[in-house]
This record gives sequence, structure tokens and C-alpha cells, in this order.
Amino acid sequence: MTRLSADGRHPVRFKLNGRPVEAEAEPRMLLSDFLRQQIGATGTHVGCEHGVCGACTVIVDGMLTRSCLTLAAQVDGCEIQTVEGLAPSPDRLGILQQAFRRNHALQCGFCTAGILMSLDHYLRRHPAPSEADIRDLLSGHLCRCTGYTPIVKAALEAAAELATTTQEKSDA
Amino acid sequence: MKPAAFDYVRAESVNEVLEGLSKEGGNARVLAGGQSLMAMLNMRLAKPRLLIDIMRLKELNRIEEQAGVVTIGAGVRQAALLAWPELARTLPLLALALPWVGHVQTRSRGTICGSLAHADPSAEMPLALIALGGEVHLRNARRRRRVAASEFFLGMMATARAEDELIEAVSFPSPGGGCAFREVARRHGDFAIVACAAVATPKGVRLAVGGVADVPMARDWPRLDRSALDDALNGFAYELNARDDVHATARYRRDLVRIIGRDLVREVLQ
Amino acid sequence: MAEAAVQSASSVDQNTAEDRPWVGRSIERVEDAALLTGRGRFIDDLGTPPGTLHAAILRSPHAHADIVSVDAEAARHAPGVAAVLTGEQVKALTSSLVVGVKAPVECWPIAIERVRYVGEPVAVVIASDRARAEDAIELINVEYQPRAAVVDPLAALAADAPVLHDGFPGNLASDRSFSYGNPEQAFAEATHRFSIDIRYPRNSCTPIETYGVIATYDAAENAFDILANFQGPFSIHTVISRALKVPGNRLRLRTPPDSGGSFGVKQGIFPYIVLISAASRAVGRPVKWIEDRLEHLTASVSATNRATTLSVAVTADGKILALDWDQVEDCGAHLRAPEPATLYRMHGNLTGAYDIRHVRVRNRVVVTNKTPTGLNRGFGGPQVYFALERLVQRIAIGLRLDPLDVIKRNLVPADAFPYRTATGALLDSGNYQEAIARAVEHGQLAELRTRRDEARAQGRLYGIGFTAVVEPSVSNMGYITTVLTAAERRKAGPKNGAQATATVALDPVGGVTVHVASVPQGQGHRTVLSQVVADVFGLKPQDVRVNTEIDTAKDAWSIASGNYASRFAAAVAGTAKLAAERIAARLARVAASQLNVESADIVFAGGFVASKHNLENRVAFSRVAALCHWSPGSLPDDAGQTIRETVFWTPPELTPPDDQDRINSSLCHGFIFDFCGVEIDRTTFETRIDRYVTMHDCGTILHPGMVDGQIRGGFTQALGAALCEEYAYAADGSFLTGTLADYLLPTTTEVPEPQIIHMETPSPFTPLGAKGVGEGNCMSTPVCIANAVADALGLADVTLPLVPAKLADLVRGPEPEPPTGQSRAALTREGDRRLRGEGSASVNGAPEQVWTMLLDPQTLQAVIPGCEQVHKVSDTHFRADVTLGIGPVSGRYRADVQLFDLDPPHAVTLRGKAEGALGFGHAEGRITLEPDDRGGTRLRYSYDAAIGGKVASIGGRLLDGATRVIIGQFFAALARHAGGGAPASGFSMFALLSKLASLFGGRR
Repeated sequence: MTRLSADGRHPVRFKLNGRPVEAEAEPRMLLSDFLRQQIGATGTHVGCEHGVCGACTVIVDGMLTRSCLTLAAQVDGCEIQTVEGLAPSPDRLGILQQAFRRNHALQCGFCTAGILMSLDHYLRRHPAPSEADIRDLLSGHLCRCTGYTPIVKAALEAAAELATTTQEKSDA
Repeated sequence: MKPAAFDYVRAESVNEVLEGLSKEGGNARVLAGGQSLMAMLNMRLAKPRLLIDIMRLKELNRIEEQAGVVTIGAGVRQAALLAWPELARTLPLLALALPWVGHVQTRSRGTICGSLAHADPSAEMPLALIALGGEVHLRNARRRRRVAASEFFLGMMATARAEDELIEAVSFPSPGGGCAFREVARRHGDFAIVACAAVATPKGVRLAVGGVADVPMARDWPRLDRSALDDALNGFAYELNARDDVHATARYRRDLVRIIGRDLVREVLQ
Repeated sequence: MAEAAVQSASSVDQNTAEDRPWVGRSIERVEDAALLTGRGRFIDDLGTPPGTLHAAILRSPHAHADIVSVDAEAARHAPGVAAVLTGEQVKALTSSLVVGVKAPVECWPIAIERVRYVGEPVAVVIASDRARAEDAIELINVEYQPRAAVVDPLAALAADAPVLHDGFPGNLASDRSFSYGNPEQAFAEATHRFSIDIRYPRNSCTPIETYGVIATYDAAENAFDILANFQGPFSIHTVISRALKVPGNRLRLRTPPDSGGSFGVKQGIFPYIVLISAASRAVGRPVKWIEDRLEHLTASVSATNRATTLSVAVTADGKILALDWDQVEDCGAHLRAPEPATLYRMHGNLTGAYDIRHVRVRNRVVVTNKTPTGLNRGFGGPQVYFALERLVQRIAIGLRLDPLDVIKRNLVPADAFPYRTATGALLDSGNYQEAIARAVEHGQLAELRTRRDEARAQGRLYGIGFTAVVEPSVSNMGYITTVLTAAERRKAGPKNGAQATATVALDPVGGVTVHVASVPQGQGHRTVLSQVVADVFGLKPQDVRVNTEIDTAKDAWSIASGNYASRFAAAVAGTAKLAAERIAARLARVAASQLNVESADIVFAGGFVASKHNLENRVAFSRVAALCHWSPGSLPDDAGQTIRETVFWTPPELTPPDDQDRINSSLCHGFIFDFCGVEIDRTTFETRIDRYVTMHDCGTILHPGMVDGQIRGGFTQALGAALCEEYAYAADGSFLTGTLADYLLPTTTEVPEPQIIHMETPSPFTPLGAKGVGEGNCMSTPVCIANAVADALGLADVTLPLVPAKLADLVRGPEPEPPTGQSRAALTREGDRRLRGEGSASVNGAPEQVWTMLLDPQTLQAVIPGCEQVHKVSDTHFRADVTLGIGPVSGRYRADVQLFDLDPPHAVTLRGKAEGALGFGHAEGRITLEPDDRGGTRLRYSYDAAIGGKVASIGGRLLDGATRVIIGQFFAALARHAGGGAPASGFSMFALLSKLASLFGGRR
């Protein structure tokens, strides 16, 4: 049994975007705060801290996760993906990110990280989504700037492009 | 909006969980998917001294079907049950209702048993449990017991679980006949204003309603003619003791119970 | 339902033809790469100075109460706590914030002696981290003496209304009447008169990023360095420096590179800038505060709610002759700067898109026990157009005309621009008739009408709504002085204009940098400026680097700086063009001398400066641009420096109000014509937008993708205002929508794609011909949807938001009666938010025994879970600390109970209150005891409770049910104890009242 005492700081280790990271956290520290304040991965944003807005969504062991509803201590030993891990290289955007830029699917960009994580997770598992699928998925995110339709369009475009890319790869 | 301080235990066996609960009682909380509890911790509505994380316990992460009864362990997430290939065959009502539970991003973490433990009057899983007449499997350090759905929900967020008990699993009987589900909420994924589930029974139909009374409630009726059904629905609608809030009026809730209830009853009896 | 085609969502302009200007093209945004990879730099992403402490704020659970005492001793000694500041201490470090009207009224960023709205700051804890600061908040004991509250603006005007501020007569902060033309005569002579009463609700555009402040006080220089995601206007800089008691040059206000949306809302951060800065001064360390979502919804800022009566004099064929506005504006508990600006922002535009020459106006501003108001997208427009455009529909119905015909009959004539409205606005340009004609055609109105007819023929509830609005942009900084009389204005000195600023600089290798004080919150200012300046210099946008951070200690700025009133495209982008052109003119002289041509022959294109007549005669732009750094002596004598140019631009059309109170409140006026078809579900009464068409004429379009983005975003927020969003208050001032599960924002499943149609009539008053576009749909869409719903349901009056239950109540017939023997409602919550109920229980033991038990405080501690420190003040007065819970929710409360009307052993009345971190409760109960026929006692109780504070804000949905649970538990315990045969000890009045008074709920 692992018991972490309330007033102590305890080491938390996990893989972030494929790389091991480690820092200390009190048991009550949220994963969102841990990522941002202890690891310095500030791309994941905090918008409501009650699980509604979706800005803080990350992937933990293959599961979409509201990092504001998760303790840092809970993810010890897990694999975590965040927006910082989406681009293939620092100077290049991934297909989904490019589709967002092309379609003006972001304005202030504050909610964007969470939306990208949901879409990245979903499109990997559902290569040919309908518009209704995308709208259902994204109903778990709040965006105040765009009116959503450019986001839906970007997602559908990215899905189509990803399908072509996968096709090409398997042909090759 | 940060939680108050608490100790955290990552349980490595069910005994550790039970030990923790028996020692700390009401000061301890079981942390499963966390989709209700964590928000309450962040808002400091809940301030337990100890959180016991059960999600690393493989023995709780099981879905089993036996003799027409599906048993779902405390570690089973909503998304996992929704993805279970046997769901539509064994528990079609849950296949209908689960997509209404929160959003993709919360179902991926939230558990079936956690939703029952939380006992929100608008939640879909307690409604399904009442509609199907399932059982909640409780366990403390000394014994196990099962509580029928009709006796488990005592009121708003209040259940028959004792402070030292863990909800180990929940079991749902597979219904013999048809079922139907419908929910009205302000937006997709919101708490139900009214959620109705109807299940065919050997003698007729059972209608369960969530979101109106303090707990989900069910009524069993034989096959009724149109006016008798309307009277029964009207009586049920009033018995639910609906109230006003910022999202809906009591009258609106009663109307939906009457209209949707009639639609669903007809649907399962066809 | 919201699966309407997304095809019209604009994509990036792929056309790379060299000779087309960059302006007008949808190029990719320079902002996006960082934002898409998690490298944005929002305020909470930036590092803090070493030693920074963190603040948490204790907020009032009461809408209106006197602060009797604040006991913060325990909090001050809590781990990690550096200081606890109360109102008194903040008052000593600051002076009152400016109040928007002349009156002996103060406005502080924290409650002084009295709280006036739920969520008002009462104390600030400064600690090593936020969690510890919140721990300490819970240790502060505040004793309140509640006062009656008033939340309705008209009720606030009643003679017997509770008064918020002694310096205002009643709650009336301002009362002005205006008359333009001869409205009396027009009303007297008109053949028809119509009138409409409107209650426009409270809502807010609620950005996803909340407020953030990092403040550092430098004692050596008596200066503040403040980083905040403030959006402007920077007129507020003067308010902050005055409140912090330093001259403006000792208040350095900076903004972070990125801001997570604002929509006006982040203007409202300024009281917190003052509060956190004062805290930094108190502790001598930098202090950081990031607002959380509950704080934001409860207490950041809100748009105004307004009660309006609008009357119209009209001819039989629908020509409007005169309007009579009676507006009562509700600014909440304090009249914070720049309020009552929401009311006066539209003053020049009270006739909308119509040619109406006679207008009477009465404007009253009231204070109520709600969150103070401030900037919000649309700013006054939604309130005005809801009344005006609802009335146009009512005229049409009253005169049996088509609503669209009434709109068309009254439009400002196309040849009348620039057109001076009766109330003073100068409508710069437009052709409203043409815009409507195009929208009707391209939006296929005829087909929509057929759809409606077909739907209705099938018995479906389908309606069509129309709206025409003028969208003002680039506010005149002087419009707010219309609230003063002409004499008062003369005394105060003139205020007008809208200074925009832009700096263009060339570096030693010819790189171009642009700086503006426009403080974008996601609108892509950097991209558009790179287009504008690239066009002037013949460069590519990527050659131009734009910086939009602002630092008032170093940058060019003025009071109009900031991001509001849709001023960027019209004012700021144009000013950047002017600055670039000034440098270009000098560079042309430099190049002309090098190329041996006249300056007039110089052209900037393709990265070169060349002769128009011989494009081969050219020099690289970078070479000309760098010359002034490396060899100023080589420049022609008359060229001047070409290194850096700052332009300040203010349009001459923005003059102060004249002596007749006519005010050109804004520089530009776009035109919007919307129509939509909606269907109402017959079962759920949900409103589904079947089609929405929105025509915009916003002058010259600088970036089509961004313009459409602004329209879609505004439309979506307006859809929220129309259908879902309301900052709801109970009659007692309790705030009821404190989470994002209660304050409902539209999501992907509710939002359709509007059909956007454009027309471009350039503004003659702006350098680029552009007008604002960001706020228009917030003005047009709520009323357009309301008109459609009214049409669908045949309603004369509709109130926003169009909550399904509310619509159902308006159109459904009487409800089926309950079956015999069943009451309609056992437990009801009345409009006053008091919870009333009754019940009974059987208890073993004679009434005398039960009575003794009830009044025995000795047993309390033992039998009430979590009950500590029972203190008997007298035989009939008790105090105690109790911890109460339901499910996982629990809280600690300080309870105080008194007994009245004792009639031993038959009856007693109890009155009690409890307060804790989760809220407060007040309850009164009457208990009667009667012997039953088995030697026991029949105990009957009735109660009347009011619950408020945090629990009402975030758990309202569950509150009543939680009450029942606690009462049920309580009597179960009583019966159990009494049934055990032991001296009955499981029950007391005290426990009942404590419990009743300590209710709460949770979410999810």
C-alpha cells in the first residue's frame, strides 16, 4: 500500500509525450497544476476546474482525461500525452494542427489544446467520422470565440487527410 | 479552487480499501473515476481526510455475465462498458443510456459504480439500476451484502452504503423484453431535467423516471388502455414531487413525464 | 440538428498572386503556430518574480449585509500565510475607485463595512501558494447582519426599497431626460401608437481564460509594476493609479502576449488589479492572483440587465414617426467606471437603422444587490435592439403588415449618407435597401417562407424572425459625458475622440516591426497588421513582425488604447497604415535620390523600392530601410529619420455632445440584416434554429476569414444569450448560476452554421475604409431569434433566455389535475426562495419527556455528529459549531439558535441561523407535541428556511432534495433513539435548526 501524507510532497513520475518526467506534489495537487507548475508544460490550460469546459483535457494511458479532475498522484507511472507532443517537430505542425490553422479553427487559442487532444485521440480510433460524431465528441468542450463550425470543418478535413496519408503508407 | 489537504492511498488490494474505510469511516472517500468527487473536492464541498484510489485493482475491473445477470466491478469505466461487445445483447437499456452520461471525455474516466455511489437524482446509471431492478454489492472488512436497487437510493446523494463499505460491484439482470430510454436536458450531456426508462415486464411494463424526484423512481403497470395509462402516468407524475429550479419548472417536468412516459410505454409494448 | 453544412466556413486564401494586396486575403494567422503547439504565453504561463505570493479571496455569501466583525486571527497564523487583508486595511492603502456619476458615493474593490452582492470580496489571504491561501480563507469568521436585498431594477426604484448607497437618492444613480425633434406633437398626431415592455436579462460573454494579475510594489520608488490580462480601455489606467494613490507614471501596467478571450469582460478586472496591488504593497512581495471559474461567474462582471418601455408613434402604413424610450439600467451594486456607459454607448443610435426624427428618452440608472456591470460584447446594443426590433414586429402585427415591409419602410434612405440621426450619430456610409435585397435573394427568404407554410400545415411550430441593426464601432471617448447636463459638461471640460496609436520601426538590417496598443484577445491583430504594413512596403506579411503586448511605461498609448468597441480594423489597423506610409514617404525620398528619380515615381513592390516607370531601376527594400541606421549622413536633407514613426490618430467626426445633447457616440456604423427560421419542439419546447441568415456590411474587409470568425463567434454568444445563458438571481439576491453546469454556454450540438453574406460599403472616415464587425450579431441575433419564436408560438411577449419550460408555460393549457387525494405540491419553493415544509414523526415517551430532551443542550454534543463546543447563552439561546454532511459533501458551520413562544410541553418556536464556508441558512420552525394513543408522542413540525451563499450558487439543483435528506435522517435518528428505550437523547430542536440551516448540495 502506498500512502501519501497530506502535508508532504511526494515524487510523481510519468512519461510525458514519451519522455520521463519527475517532480514532487502534495496529494491534493491536480494533474493540471502539476503539468503546468511543476513540469512547466503550460500548453494544457485550466478553464473551470470542475470538468465542464474541457480546456485541460489530456490523454492518460490512452484515456481522454480532464486533468483538473485528476490528481497528480493518480498518474504516477502512467503515460501522458499533451498538446506539446502533437507536432512532429518543433518547426512543423501535424495534420490536425494544420487543418486548424487553415480553417481559422481557433482565435484566442485558450480552449484549443483540449480540443486538439480529444480530436487526436478520437481520429486515431475513428478514421472516418461523420459530422455528427465530431459534434458529439466536441460537445465536451467549450469554445467562446469560434462558434465551433470551423473546428468541426478542420476535424473533418484532418480526418480525410489522415485517412489518405495512412492509405499511402500502407500502399508503400 | 484547490482541494483541501488529504492523505492519498493507492490501494494494492481490496483488503487495503476495506481496512482504510473501517479505520477512517466517513472521513475516507473511495476515489474511482473521480468525475463527480474531484469536482466536489475542488469546490471544497467535500473535504475527506483520506482518499483511497481503487483504480489499480484489477479484480475490480471486471464485467461478468452469468445466468442472465451482468456484474460490473467498481473499477469498470463507463467507456469500457459502452465498448463491451456484449452490452447491446445483454443490457440494451445501458447501451441506450450510457451515451447520455456526461461526455466522451468524462465517460472515459468515470465508473458505473461511482455514478451509483454518488446518487445524483438526475444521473442515468441509478435510473437504469432502478428500471432493471439490479443489485448493489457492498462489502466491508467483515462481510458482504447485496442491496436491491429499490432500497439503495435513500435520497439526494444519499445511499444505503455504510461508511465502512465499498461498492464492490453492481449487477443488472438482462431484461427479457424490450426497453426504451429518453432524456431531456438543456444541452447534450447536461444533467437530465427528465430521464425516462421503460422496460417490458412479464405482466406489462415498468417505467422509471430520473431527474424529478430525489431518487429515481419506478412504477410497474399491467398493459393499460389509453385512458388508464394516462391516469397512471398523471398519478406518477404528481407522486414524483417535482420542483422548480433555474432549468425547468415542476409543471414542465410533470408534462414530460406524462408525454415521454406514454411514448416509451407504447414503444416497449409494441 | 446543428449538422447544417459547414462548407461555408472560410479557409485560407491559397491564391499567391504577387500583385494582389495582402489586405483582403485570408492568410494564415501568425498567432496560430504557437497556440496550436502549446507555446502560447497567457498570463498563467509566464514565470513570476522570485518570492511571489498567491492570493485567495473570501467572498460574501450575502447579497446585502452589514459586516459586524471579521475574525482573521486563525487565518493569519495558518501555515504559509503572509497576511490577511480586510476592507479596513485595503482602504488605508488605497482611495475609492471613480464612480461613473457625480454623487457622494464610494466604490472600493473590497467590501467596506457592508456587502452589497453575493461574491463581493470581504478579505484577501496572501500565502505561499493558492491551496494554502484557500485553507486559510476557511478559517476566517465573519459575522454578518443581513439586510433586505433588492435585485429587480424597477423594484429598486420603489419608495420602500432597501437602499444600497446613502449617496444616491433611493437607488437612483442617474436620471436624465432628452428630447429630440418634436416627439410630443408626433405622438399626439399619430394614427397609431404601440408600446412594449422589455426585461432584458443579465448575461456575460465569459471567456474561457479567467482574470489574472501579478502585481509588484516597489517601495524604493513608490511605484507599481503590474502584469494583468486587462483589455482596456486604458482610460482605466487613470482610475487604477488614482485608487493606488500614485501618479500615472508610477503605475506600469503590462499585458501578456496572449489572452484567452475577453469580449469586454476583462475590462472588469481593474478592481482586482487595485486589490492585488494593494496586497503586494501590504506584504512587500509580488502577489499573483488567478481568478477561478466560480469567482468568475459569481463576481467578475456582467452585462447590464435593463427594464425598458418603448413606445412608438406610427402611421397606418407602418412609417415610424417618433420613439419614446424609458430605460431603467441596472448596473448592479456599484457604479464602476466606465458605467453607466452601457446605457449611453447606443445613445446616438436609438433609432437603429431607421429614419426617425422625433425621439424622447428617459434614462435612469439604478443600483441593485447584484454583481457590478461592465463591458460585454455588444455593449448596450442587445438591450436597445431587443426593444426596438421586438416593437417593429409588434407594429407589423398590429397594422397587419409584413414585418419586413415595416423594416424597409423606415430605413435610412440610401442617398442620405452621411446621415445624422435624431440623437446625434453620424452614420458614415451604407445602402441598407441594397443589403436587404441581396440578403433576401441569396438567403432565399422566399424558400424559407414556403418552409414555414409547409411546417405549419403539418401542425408544427415554425416561425420566422427579422432584424435590421446598425452596428456602431470605434467609440467616442466622450459619449459617456452625455449622462451629464450641458452645464455640468462645460464645467468638467470637453471629452471626445478616440486616439489610436501605432508605431512602425525599421531595424539595422531593414526588418520591419509594428507595435500597437490594441491588446488582442484572440482576434488575430498581429496577422492583419502584418498584411496592412506589408502592402505599404511591398513586402510579405512574414517580413513584418508585430508586437501587441503593451507596457504603459515604454509604449505609445492613450486612454482609448485597448480592445473594445470593435475599434481594431477601423482605427488601429488604419493608424498602422498611416505610420507605415509616413516612413514609406521618407524612404521614397531616400530611394528617389539613389535611383535618380522623383519621389512620386517610387513604388514599393516585391521587396524592392523601384521606379514606377522602370521597375529594373530598383534597390532592395532592406538596403534603403537600413540606411538611416548606418549612414544617416547619406540621407537627403529633407528625408528626416526613417527608423521609427509613431502615429496618433483620432477622427475629427468624434466631437463632444452638443448643447442639445446630441452625441456622435461612435465613428463607424456597419449594417446587419438577419432573418431566421426556427422550429419549436411540441413536447420539449426546445428551440431549434433551422436556418439563420446574416448579412453584414462592415465596410472594407481586411481578412475575410477573421471577419467570418468574428461573425460566427458573436452569433454563437448571441445564440447562448437567446436560448441558454442567464446570470440568475433569486429574489433574496442569492446567485443561482455559479458553475458552468448552471450557466449554460452553447456547445457544438446546439450551434448551427449561419449563412453569412457580405456587402462592402467602405467607411469614408477610416484610413482603410473598414468598420467594426465583432459585436453586431450580439445585437441582432437575440432579438431575431426572439421574433422568430414569437412568430412560431403566436406570442406577444417573449423574455430571454428562451428556456423551454418558460415557453411551455406560456402556451400550454391548464395542467391535468392530480388524482384525487394527491396534492399538487407537497414542498414548494416560493418566489422569495424560502423553502417551506412540514412533517411529523412518532416518538416513544410522553410529551413531557420529549420536551425535556428537546431543550437539553447537555446531550447535544453526544448525539449530533460533528457537533462541537455547545455554548449555552441562556436557557433558550444556544451556540455551537457543527459539521454536517450529505454524501461526500460536508461543511463546518457556526450555528445560533433561539427558542420563542415556549408552551411546555406542547409547542415551541425556534429561530436559528448558521454560517460556514459553504454558505448560510436562516430558519424558523414550529414544533408541536401531542400524546399519541400508545403512550408516545406525535411530533409535528413545520419550517421555513432560506439558504444562500456558495451552496445556492453551485448546488442549487440539489438543495431542496438535500434538505429533505437531512430532515429525514434527523427524524429517523430521533425515532431510533427514542425507540431504544433509553432516556430519549437523539433529538433536539437545536439539531433540527442547525441542520435545516446548514444545507448544501454538490454537483455531478
